[in-house]
Amino acid sequence: MDVTFQFDWEAAFASIPFLLKGIPYTLLISFGGLAIGFLIGILFGLLRISPVIWLRVPAIAYIEIFRGTPVLVQVLFIFYGLPQILGGPINALVAGIAAIAVNSGAYISEIVRGGVQSIERGQREASLSLGLSRVQSFRYIIWPQAFRRMIPPLGNQGIISIKDTSLFSVIGVGELVRQGQVYIATTFNALEVYLMVALLYLAITLSLSFALRLLERKGLVGQ
Amino acid sequence: MSRDDTHADADPIVHMDKVNKHFGELHVLKDIDLAVASGEVVVVIGASGSGKSTLIRCINGLEEFQAGHIEVDGNELLPDGKSGRALQKIRTEVGMVFQQFNLFPHLSVLDNVTLAPMKVRGWSRADATETAYRLLERVGIADQADKYPSQLSGGQQQRVALARALAMEPRLMLFDEPTSALDPEMIGEVLDAMRELAREGMTMIIVTHEMGFAREVADRVVFIDRGEIVEQAAPVTLFDSPQQERTRSFLSRVLKH
Repeated sequence: MDVTFQFDWEAAFASIPFLLKGIPYTLLISFGGLAIGFLIGILFGLLRISPVIWLRVPAIAYIEIFRGTPVLVQVLFIFYGLPQILGGPINALVAGIAAIAVNSGAYISEIVRGGVQSIERGQREASLSLGLSRVQSFRYIIWPQAFRRMIPPLGNQGIISIKDTSLFSVIGVGELVRQGQVYIATTFNALEVYLMVALLYLAITLSLSFALRLLERKGLVGQ
Repeated sequence: MSRDDTHADADPIVHMDKVNKHFGELHVLKDIDLAVASGEVVVVIGASGSGKSTLIRCINGLEEFQAGHIEVDGNELLPDGKSGRALQKIRTEVGMVFQQFNLFPHLSVLDNVTLAPMKVRGWSRADATETAYRLLERVGIADQADKYPSQLSGGQQQRVALARALAMEPRLMLFDEPTSALDPEMIGEVLDAMRELAREGMTMIIVTHEMGFAREVADRVVFIDRGEIVEQAAPVTLFDSPQQERTRSFLSRVLKH
């Protein structure tokens, strides 16, 4: 019996138009979730370093809970669990975006905290000594410098979150992996189709890496 | 001495009264009484860890103190950082130059100097820029205005830091070991700029290890040891005929080399 396997290039390429339909969902969940996660991260990252304990403790609790539980469980909880409280179903796309938002938000909080704390004490002292208020000191001196240092870890988090959206095929949202599964169910070309799926993820993550590298290079002026 | 007496008649711009500071167990400042008159140049000397930097950092509230009181240009600083709005008023009127320059690395030299006048004093960009160029000219680095701090030498950076502080038109300037982080060949250019400032009548409190500079520029030298003001006098008196044994021993150590 012939055991050599022929990779079917034709089948691989044929699957692409169908797979591409998943890309808008993957991008929407990733970047929608990351955008909200970034806002959450700024808020909770700053609360995390607040001198006021009753602001700090809730921030620590949020970060630990959402960093310490799998994003798959989080999305299942949101999609299947929350409707029992809310009394109505949640759109799968919304559930996906929410899961990425709260999950990446926890990691980004720590990135924000690390970035802000990495700025030398002298920067704050110099700005305060010039009469700038604490808010002005943060806005004009600390944050711009901290943000530059945050770009590489934010890029990492972006790539991780993009890949995390692949898990959301379980709630039936038609993102890349889901499209692949549906396609394979009729054609049985698992090898070819999953390879194409993998390459499409790679195309998205490489584009992000490239964009971040440009941003970082631009931000290097004066550092 | 004669200049000292003239200053002593004037209303002090800084008045520290029984100021005490603790770092946990450590008693860093002990009953500090210090009055500085408008236009006076006071140099604070002492070994590292003696509390001299802490002393001047209390004046603009970068350090809190636990007892006593400090008045700066009519604004009162209270113990434990409870000064409220007075603190910001003081910082607006008091400039500071740091050992490590602390320039803002993400801003050009020009933006370093114009930021505070625009954001704190509400000046227009045009006014702030004009003042910045005048000050950069004065410290000899107007041609570097578009560069970033990292592109300048240490001496140039410290002169930018001086211009940045002066742009707020302070009534008092604090210097916290302004030449200690500089290569030897760059110390002179920073001291020259400070010397000129003193000549123009700026009130200055300077923490430094440059004894030659202290002798030349100071109206009064304050020697501090283990958090206490041990002795203060005109430089000639303090350097040539110190009254206290601790002063003599410190001076013999630093002046030997």
